[in-house]
Amino acid sequence: MADLSANQSTSRGLSLPRINSRAVVMTLYLLFLLLPIYWLLNMSLKTNTEILNEFTLWPRNLTFANYATILTDPAWYMGYVNSLIYVVMNTVISLAVALPAAYAFSRYHFMGDKHLFFWLLTNRMAPPAVFALPFFQLYSSVGLFDTHIAVALAHCLFNVPLAVWILEGFMRGVPKEIDETAYIDGYSFGSFFVKIFTPLIASGIGVAAFFCFMFSWVELLLSRTLTTVDAKPIAAIMTRTQGASGIDWGVLAAAGILTIVPGALVIYFVRNYIAKGFALGRV
Amino acid sequence: MEKTVNQKAWFLVLPVLLLVAFSAVIPLMTVVNYSVQDTFGNNQFFWAGLEWFKEMLESERMWDALGRQLMFSGIILAIEIPLGIFVALNMPKGGFWASLCLVLMSLPLLIPWNVVGTIWQIFGRVDIGLLGYTLDALGVNYNYTQDTVAAWITIVVMDVWHWTSLVALLAYAGLKSIPDAYYQAAKIDQASRWKVFRFIELPKMMGVLMIAILLRFMDSFMIYTEPFVVTGGGPGNATTLLSIDLVKMALGQFDLGPAAAFSLMYFLVILLISWVFYTVMVNLDKREG
Amino acid sequence: MAKITLDNLAHSYLPNPASEDDFALKELNHDWEDGAAYALLGSSGCGKSTLLNIISGLLHPSQGRILFDGKDVTGAPTAERNIAQVFQFPVVYDTMTVHDNLAFPLRNRGRDEAYVAERVQEIARMIGMEDMLRKKARGLTADAKQKISLGRGMVRKDVNALLFDEPLTVIDPHMKWELRTQLKKLHHDFGHTMIYVTHDQTEALTFADKVVVMYDGRVVQIGTPEELFERPEHTFVGYFIGSPGMNVIPAKIDGNKAYINGSFVELSQGYKPLDGKVEIGVRPEFARLSQSEGLPVKVRRVEDVGRHKIIRAEFFGTDINIIAGEDDRISADMNRVTFDAAHVNVYANDWRVQGSAA
Repeated sequence: MADLSANQSTSRGLSLPRINSRAVVMTLYLLFLLLPIYWLLNMSLKTNTEILNEFTLWPRNLTFANYATILTDPAWYMGYVNSLIYVVMNTVISLAVALPAAYAFSRYHFMGDKHLFFWLLTNRMAPPAVFALPFFQLYSSVGLFDTHIAVALAHCLFNVPLAVWILEGFMRGVPKEIDETAYIDGYSFGSFFVKIFTPLIASGIGVAAFFCFMFSWVELLLSRTLTTVDAKPIAAIMTRTQGASGIDWGVLAAAGILTIVPGALVIYFVRNYIAKGFALGRV
Repeated sequence: MEKTVNQKAWFLVLPVLLLVAFSAVIPLMTVVNYSVQDTFGNNQFFWAGLEWFKEMLESERMWDALGRQLMFSGIILAIEIPLGIFVALNMPKGGFWASLCLVLMSLPLLIPWNVVGTIWQIFGRVDIGLLGYTLDALGVNYNYTQDTVAAWITIVVMDVWHWTSLVALLAYAGLKSIPDAYYQAAKIDQASRWKVFRFIELPKMMGVLMIAILLRFMDSFMIYTEPFVVTGGGPGNATTLLSIDLVKMALGQFDLGPAAAFSLMYFLVILLISWVFYTVMVNLDKREG
Repeated sequence: MAKITLDNLAHSYLPNPASEDDFALKELNHDWEDGAAYALLGSSGCGKSTLLNIISGLLHPSQGRILFDGKDVTGAPTAERNIAQVFQFPVVYDTMTVHDNLAFPLRNRGRDEAYVAERVQEIARMIGMEDMLRKKARGLTADAKQKISLGRGMVRKDVNALLFDEPLTVIDPHMKWELRTQLKKLHHDFGHTMIYVTHDQTEALTFADKVVVMYDGRVVQIGTPEELFERPEHTFVGYFIGSPGMNVIPAKIDGNKAYINGSFVELSQGYKPLDGKVEIGVRPEFARLSQSEGLPVKVRRVEDVGRHKIIRAEFFGTDINIIAGEDDRISADMNRVTFDAAHVNVYANDWRVQGSAA
């Protein structure tokens, strides 16, 4: 319908300028979004000499040396490995505890359910800065400081409530009759949940996983506070470029570009659900 | 959906409860504990009562940071919400171009926050950044490390760059849910473009916009990494927002007591404002249903 | 109010339609008489909504012209055509009051407030919502919302035509009857040209002076309810209108006899030899079960639907329906059927063939 009315207006010639103005607005906006990223990419492919001494809109001496530095030095690439380890751990833990809870919220009334739900939400509102110091002390005291699991658990603070919200939104869309039919057919709760219910909300699980992945991936304050060497995330290692001889801009830019890649890859798969996820499943 | 009363559902919620209790309640208790004690740095603590709260409430430092924070959140909401709606209204309605726009727009949302800071730190530099260099070449005196106004503009533009897409995505999802018949009826009723927006699109977007405002408010109120990387809170204290100030106090100066009191009040302010949003949202949901 | 002329009109949703199958609406020439009430009847996907949207200007036809009182409006936008349209699902402006909803089309056209207030009162009385005028439209029932949509469609006096796109789908059955009666009365009082799209034959037959039956993107018959019943021009019309629909039986035609498996049925008219798929069509109302006369039939089941009985039977391998009066006795030895010769129609390739007096 929308396309057709657009056709209709073009043939009349009246709204031709309006269609152009839409394209112009979008082009300008996307340009605004992409220009800084392009600049980072541009820098990552230059030598430091070119970066500092010449002002060039694209690399004159194309070099991959900055990327080679990162990908051959364990001190660098272990940062990516560390980040990925705690991000994956966090995603698995968040989903494992959020799935049953979301089911309970979507299907049942129980004592204090509304308060509990709001209390969970408040954790999404908690400023990481407030928790930085107590987390540091808590995980130090239980001997988990500088481990992947410490960061993974810390990120559960905001990812578990988020996962519960998103999953609850998706689960509300599944008719209750499906549960009842399964119980009548003799399924136990466990086998019903795994065999029937989980496949039905597969897209919801995917979206929740994506958001857990994402927020754990982009967070820095907590992950930096809780690690020193063994589990140090890539984002924190990036500050290393500030050496005695000044900042190694090329390597810094290359490291930045490499942190964008995983996100860019997964966006493609969930592009149609991103809004739903951000709206906590409420779209 | 009709829900049944079932107290056993508590068992399903228990894992979440334990996990969040471990990662939220215990740390929060530590904070409360610190907030009412004093120390001389030798692991000996004294009961200080509400002393720290009183001190923080009287400290100009916190009020200044709160003022800057409110100003920052206010400015970015005032820019991002209308701009996001405007972008959503101009998005392609479907097909390849819509997908492309969605993917490209999501890109800034998935960049680690310190990298966002790095990107803008570089972009705005007069010597090597495209923006800074261009402005300098145009004769604009722009230096975000020295000049307060330039620093503010930089962090605001950065936040707009980083998060406007979120508002646009949510608004777009709201717009997509409007059936064609509404637009057709509006044409027949000879409604102007403004009236279509005011009476059809805006009311239908209200729900998602509330979520967008809530999220943007919450997240901007806790922002730390991005402005810290760009300006480090400077020049002077010009861009020292609440979180930056708090981390400075807690991890930098190890002023545990005041920092803890500060933390609690900070959290309470967010909770209070978010609770208002949440209540409004739930009521809105009810009216829709 | 205006006469609406469709001239060589056709529409395809594809940018470059190749064959006739690509057209959602096949070529069509028709005049909608000024002030008449039409029903546009057909199953879903037959192109009736497409046609309606072309008339209202929401769609631009791939070919042909639309004229209002002889003036070409093919390129004119919806607003200039000055028509009103009511949609299948209620379209109301949630944040406005009922009063503002009804006033909306008038205010957009810059009518003065005194006139608007008077008109809104009038319409509110008509749709029975006078006491709700101050309420917000949000939160009203679907019934009430659709009544507002209807009211908004009728609030302008000077519209060229009133179009209804299955407007009663979401309305409760008892309200349906009431609203339909009101629409008829409105038509009677003001004489608007009305086009009412529906897939419900009862709605179409009770509302309209003339019913336009569409099938597969084509208008197959335009006629009064009586004509549609007595002389369906297309087997689809026979099948779609009536409950149950017309019996369609493959046959060979020779003069004024129709041969079915060697036996014959008398026709009231004579026919020339016919090519292609040849069938006869008899409405169940004009078939009669008998003990002695007619052709053999195997009765399967008798359904009593209250006012009459429907007999489901097999007739030379074809399923047919026969309607018998409520008081007629059906006995086991009634295994023959006769048709009323005056009401047997002949179809070649689904279209009715005109015979000549025999």
